[in-house]
Amino acid sequence: MLEFVEWLSLTPWSVDLRESLYMYPWIESAHVLFIAIFFGTLLFVDLRLTGYVFKELSISQMNTKILPLTIIGFVLMCITGFLLFYAVPIRNYQNLFFRIKFFLIIIAGLNAYYFHKTMNKESKKWDKDSFIPVGMKYSALASLFLWSLVIISGRMIAYNWFDCGRQPQSEFINFLISCTAEPDLYESLDGI
Amino acid sequence: MESSQFLDIIYLLEDSFIGEYIRSSLWLFPVIQSFHLLGLAILGGAVVLCDFRLLGILLRSESAIYVLSQTRFWFNFGLLLLISTGIPLFLSEAVKCYYSRAFWIKISCLILGIIFVFLVRNPLIKRNISSFAQKLIGGLSFSVWVVVAASGRWIGFS
Repeated sequence: MLEFVEWLSLTPWSVDLRESLYMYPWIESAHVLFIAIFFGTLLFVDLRLTGYVFKELSISQMNTKILPLTIIGFVLMCITGFLLFYAVPIRNYQNLFFRIKFFLIIIAGLNAYYFHKTMNKESKKWDKDSFIPVGMKYSALASLFLWSLVIISGRMIAYNWFDCGRQPQSEFINFLISCTAEPDLYESLDGI
Repeated sequence: MESSQFLDIIYLLEDSFIGEYIRSSLWLFPVIQSFHLLGLAILGGAVVLCDFRLLGILLRSESAIYVLSQTRFWFNFGLLLLISTGIPLFLSEAVKCYYSRAFWIKISCLILGIIFVFLVRNPLIKRNISSFAQKLIGGLSFSVWVVVAASGRWIGFS
């Protein structure tokens, strides 16, 4: 994997992105905007399921009306997110918060998968009975909680506290970020 | 007010207890920043739903008044979260903000956005205005908030 990201970091576009003065901030700003579109619209889809907003609309109406925009936001967020990763691949690959974020996205994705599988099967029934199973409400709240954590850990990627290039780190941290730093090498740097 | 006097106030704010406290902590600034970002996403959702309705992109069969009534609380909630986290962030680096063009663009558009939403957009939604007028105010509101968010992110790069 490390070889792969090293190769990735040497591809011309990666070098260009890394060295550009304005491209990176523009992509970063766009990423933030797409986060707002994705999370902001998801907020209302999930709140509908808990019964806080848009009670006059049925679940399936809410989904056909709002969810496409959520998905557009998600796709654009992923594209800009990938570009941000691609600009500095090695650092991101060995970044603790990036790894936490990736892990959280998988969990949030599984939650979304479970949620939509159940919903597609049963939402017509919910519309008729205007009854939503309690499990779905928890799933909606879990979705909001998990994506909030994704946003928070994503914001933390910018900080280098646990970076491989910043030693000494504890063995555990180096293990988590697949960093093979020689601790002896950094002993003289203690206290800097 | 003379600009040097104004700068004195900026230094005073930076040296304030809250500013000092945040700077002395390694974690506080990033954590507040994360919640600032969450606040932006929440406000963003309310803005997108309401303004896209006005633009005729989303929720077309629902009235704009209804969409506003359902999103208003979350707009206010997001805005409150943004302001209450934004002030400490500003205090911790007031001087840097003072010299940042992105900061001044952001603050100007923020004030403009707040005035526009509360004094122009929301009151107009409650009246029966033409769909062209709806599109106009929806487009204006959305554009202003996009600039607020994007220029806010740029403060970190300056």
